[in-house]
Amino acid sequence: MFQLAPEDLQSVWLTLKLASVTTVLLLMIATPLAWWLANSRRWYKGPVAAVVALPLVIPPTVLGFYLLLLMGPHGAVGELTTSLNLGRLPFTFAGLVIGSVLFSMPFAVQPIQSAFESIGRRPLEVAATLRAGVWDQFFSVALPLARPGFITASILAFAHTVGEFGVVLMLGGNIPGETRVLSVAIYSHVEAMEYASAHVLAGGMVLFSFLVLLALYLAGGKVAKV
Amino acid sequence: MRISMATLLLLGLMSVEVYAGEVRVAVASNFAAPMERIAVAFQQQSGHTLKLSPGASGKFYAQIASGAPFDVFLSADETNPQRLEQDGLAVANSSFVYALGKLVLWSAQPGLVDAKGAVLGKGNFNKLAYADPKLAPYGLAAKETLEKLGLWNSVQGKLVSGENITQTYQFAATGNAELGFVALSQVYKDGKVTEGSSWLVPSNLYSPIRQSAVQLKAAKDPAAARALMTYLKSKKAAEIIRSFGYELP
Repeated sequence: MFQLAPEDLQSVWLTLKLASVTTVLLLMIATPLAWWLANSRRWYKGPVAAVVALPLVIPPTVLGFYLLLLMGPHGAVGELTTSLNLGRLPFTFAGLVIGSVLFSMPFAVQPIQSAFESIGRRPLEVAATLRAGVWDQFFSVALPLARPGFITASILAFAHTVGEFGVVLMLGGNIPGETRVLSVAIYSHVEAMEYASAHVLAGGMVLFSFLVLLALYLAGGKVAKV
Repeated sequence: MRISMATLLLLGLMSVEVYAGEVRVAVASNFAAPMERIAVAFQQQSGHTLKLSPGASGKFYAQIASGAPFDVFLSADETNPQRLEQDGLAVANSSFVYALGKLVLWSAQPGLVDAKGAVLGKGNFNKLAYADPKLAPYGLAAKETLEKLGLWNSVQGKLVSGENITQTYQFAATGNAELGFVALSQVYKDGKVTEGSSWLVPSNLYSPIRQSAVQLKAAKDPAAARALMTYLKSKKAAEIIRSFGYELP
């Protein structure tokens, strides 16, 4: 068996925690957002969709740098969190969660949105004629029908967070147990030419990611095409 | 007569063109700014142009070992150039120390850092940024300083580390880390620290940061590369290097 150093094991655990928290939060945020994007006819639907998709284009280190400025003592978010006595977000696990949620947002919103769109209005109208209220239509009809979209969104959000590097590097400060996630640990090992440790972590990460994705794809059965 | 004059002129122009070489320089991030100034002066004097690529020294070592197209390498340390010489990728015995890096404890806040660095022991700061000592010479110097001062253990809970000295500076400059160990050259201009507050770490607290340059064997234009190596040792270059807060060996 491969022997993992305790601090590397800590990075593995931290990465799983970050990816899980991010995925759960993203599903909660992305579901109403995707529903609105799928159904709205407002003129600002386009701009909102574009903003959601921005992290696909912006280089992660750039996004990380601006979050660092925004959450810093002179940034709007930093001033807000300080005045609420929450302290500041950079170099903390909470800060990484916020960065990851923003960074992986399009990967969660878009599959759910296209799942909602592919359902169309018809099933909901049928439900309405059967006297289902708006909330009932959403929870009893739309959600179950959009299940493949949710599975895809979870897989992508989780995987994307595990593989995230630029944002956590800029925001994290490489603190063991708090912000040193797997990708940063592997990078440090490679840069320090500790190739053996890097290989173990990187190989383990590839294997783990493959198994998780495989399990989800197999269990998911029908998964929405990305 | 006229024609021959024109021809001569043309020939003259062409020969200048042919003579002016190009040197591709891999330069450690902390030295990028002075190197840009040196490039201008060097071009005025020699006619050779420089193509500068700033980056991390360890990364450059790996890239050069894999055949990256550079003629001269200005590292942030002494080990990488020496290793390239041993590997037979650099011209033997061409490496020399072009600058001595100075470490400074710096804060973007005026008045936070006192003239003796006592703030480190008091602990009235949120975070202390330093470069990863495994990756960056300035990080190693910061670690040595903290150990010499007997503060290495007490600051553990406050340390954040940047991947290189540029990122470390960003942590401190944006105020997210109230203190940072950075390169003097990053906060120094025209003979003084330009903003915030700082403590120039005495050089007996850390081993010297000997930034070393080396000429690479793969050089496309060895004569131009050699000219640059010579120029780096010139009086004019020394003047520029000092004006950015470095010392010379």
